[in-house]
Amino acid sequence: METIRQYVKSLLLLEMLKGLRLTFVYMTKRKFTVQYPEQKTPKSPRFRGLHALRRYPNGEERCIACKLCEAVCPALAITIDSEKRADGSRRTTRYDIDLFKCIFCGFCEESCPVDSIVETRVHEYHFEKRGENIMTKDKLLALGDSLESEIAEDRLADSLYR
Amino acid sequence: MSDLLINLFGWLPANLFLLVETLLKIALLLVPLLITVAWYTYAERKVIGYMQVRIGPNRVGPKGWLQPIADAVKLMFKELIVPARANRFLFLIAPVISLTCALAAWAVVPFSDFLVISDINAGLLYILAMTSLGVYGVIIAGWASNSKYALLGAMRCAAQIVAYEIAMGFALVVVLMAAGSLNLREIVAAQEGGIVNWFWLPLLPMFLVYMISGIAETNRAPFDVAEGESEIVAGFHVEYSGMAFSVFFLAEYANMILISALTVLMFLGGWLSPFPLAAGLPLIGGLFEPGVHWFIFKTVFFMFLFLWLRATFPRYRYDQIMRLGWKVFIPLTVVWIAVTGIAIMIGLPPWFD
Repeated sequence: METIRQYVKSLLLLEMLKGLRLTFVYMTKRKFTVQYPEQKTPKSPRFRGLHALRRYPNGEERCIACKLCEAVCPALAITIDSEKRADGSRRTTRYDIDLFKCIFCGFCEESCPVDSIVETRVHEYHFEKRGENIMTKDKLLALGDSLESEIAEDRLADSLYR
Repeated sequence: MSDLLINLFGWLPANLFLLVETLLKIALLLVPLLITVAWYTYAERKVIGYMQVRIGPNRVGPKGWLQPIADAVKLMFKELIVPARANRFLFLIAPVISLTCALAAWAVVPFSDFLVISDINAGLLYILAMTSLGVYGVIIAGWASNSKYALLGAMRCAAQIVAYEIAMGFALVVVLMAAGSLNLREIVAAQEGGIVNWFWLPLLPMFLVYMISGIAETNRAPFDVAEGESEIVAGFHVEYSGMAFSVFFLAEYANMILISALTVLMFLGGWLSPFPLAAGLPLIGGLFEPGVHWFIFKTVFFMFLFLWLRATFPRYRYDQIMRLGWKVFIPLTVVWIAVTGIAIMIGLPPWFD
C-alpha cells in the first residue's frame, strides 16, 4: 500500500511543483544587487586597502626606521634602508612595499609605534607595467599626504577599541 | 499578402514565382525566429538571475536589452579554432547540421489556421525525423573533436536521446490516435472548443511525458548531461569557439522554442482561444477570438517554463536519467495508449465523441 502511495505521489510531481513554487517566489523578491561603480557599499574605518606613510602636522615624516613592520611582515613584502640624518635623527632612505607579496593583513600598521605606516580605504588601483607593483617611499608619502584627513578620521573612530 | 506578391512578382514564370514566394515565406519565419532566439538568451540570463535574487545583465543598453547584440558581435570576431587532430570537415559541418535540423522543423509548424509554410499531411513524422536528425550534429561534433570530454558528452547524448525518443514517439502516437491525423493543423482542429476540450486533460500523463522528454531532447537542465559543466567541462562543444560555438547555441535555443510550440500545438490547442464563448464580450471580445496571439502567448509560457526548470532543479544523475526514461516513461506511455484506445472506443465526451 505504502509503495503504491509513494508511486502515485511521485507521478503527480508534487515535490517538483513545490520546488518550482519556491523559485517563483524568489523571482518576485526584492533584489540586493549593488550597482558597483555607481553605488558602493559602506566601508569600515578598519578597512585594509592600499598603504600610505603619514607625516606629523609640521611636515616631518613619522617613520623612524625602527623596522618593526619589516620584521612582522608575514609575507616579507617590506624592505627598509635607513641612515642617520644631519640633525641626528634616524630616517628611512628606502621604504618599499611589494604589493604582489603583500597579503593586506595589517600587521605593519599594528606594529608601528608612531602610527606612520597605515592601510587606507583605497582599493581601486591597477598596474600597467612591471615595477609599478612596488610602492616606493615617495608614492607612500604622497598617498598619505593626499588622504591625511580621511586617515586621521578613521584612526580616531577606531581609537576607542585599541 | 498574396495579392501583393502577385503584383510584384507576377511577371515571373510559374515555377520561379513559387520559388520566390517560398523563399519570402521562409525569410518571414526565420528572421523573427532568430531574433527571438537572440533575446531568449537574454531572457534566460534575466530569469535565472531574478530567481537567484540578482538582476542579471543590465550594462549594455537600457536594462541590458542590447546584451544579445554585444554577445553576437563578440562571438563573430572570435577566432575559430580547429583542433590539430580533429576531423576538419566533420568538425565544421556538425554545428551546421544541428542548426539546419532545428530550423527546418519549423516548416510544418502552423501559427494559425492559414499561417504555415508547408501544410503537409505527415507533419508529425517530419517533425520527429527532423528533431532526431539534430542529434547527429551533437554526436558528430563529439566524435570529430578528437577529445575525450567531447566524446563522452556525445555518448551520453546518444544514449539519452535513444531513451527519450521512444517515450516521445509513444506520447505522439497517443496524440495522433486522439486526433486521427498526422497533420499538425488537423491535430489542432481536433481540439476545437474551450480549455477543457484541449488534449492536455485526457492525455495529461502524455502531456507531462512529452514536455519532460522534450527537455531531455534539447539537452537542457536538468537533463544536460551532454554538456555537464561540472563533470565533463562542456561536453560535445568543449573544442568549439567563435561562430561554430554560437551556431550550436542558436540550434539549442531554436529547438527549445520548437518543443514549446509543439507542446502547445499538440496538447494546448495551438492558436485556439481557451474561452471561445468570451469572444462575444464587448471591447475585449476580440482578444478571445482564436488567433496567432494565443499561439504565441502559450509558446512563451512554455519557453519560460524551460528557464524556470533550469533555475529550479539540479542536474539528474546519469543512471537516474536512464531509469526515468526506460522504466517510468515508456511503461507509462504504453499504458496510456491502451487507456486512450478504450476512451476512443466508448467515445468519451467531450474529446472523443
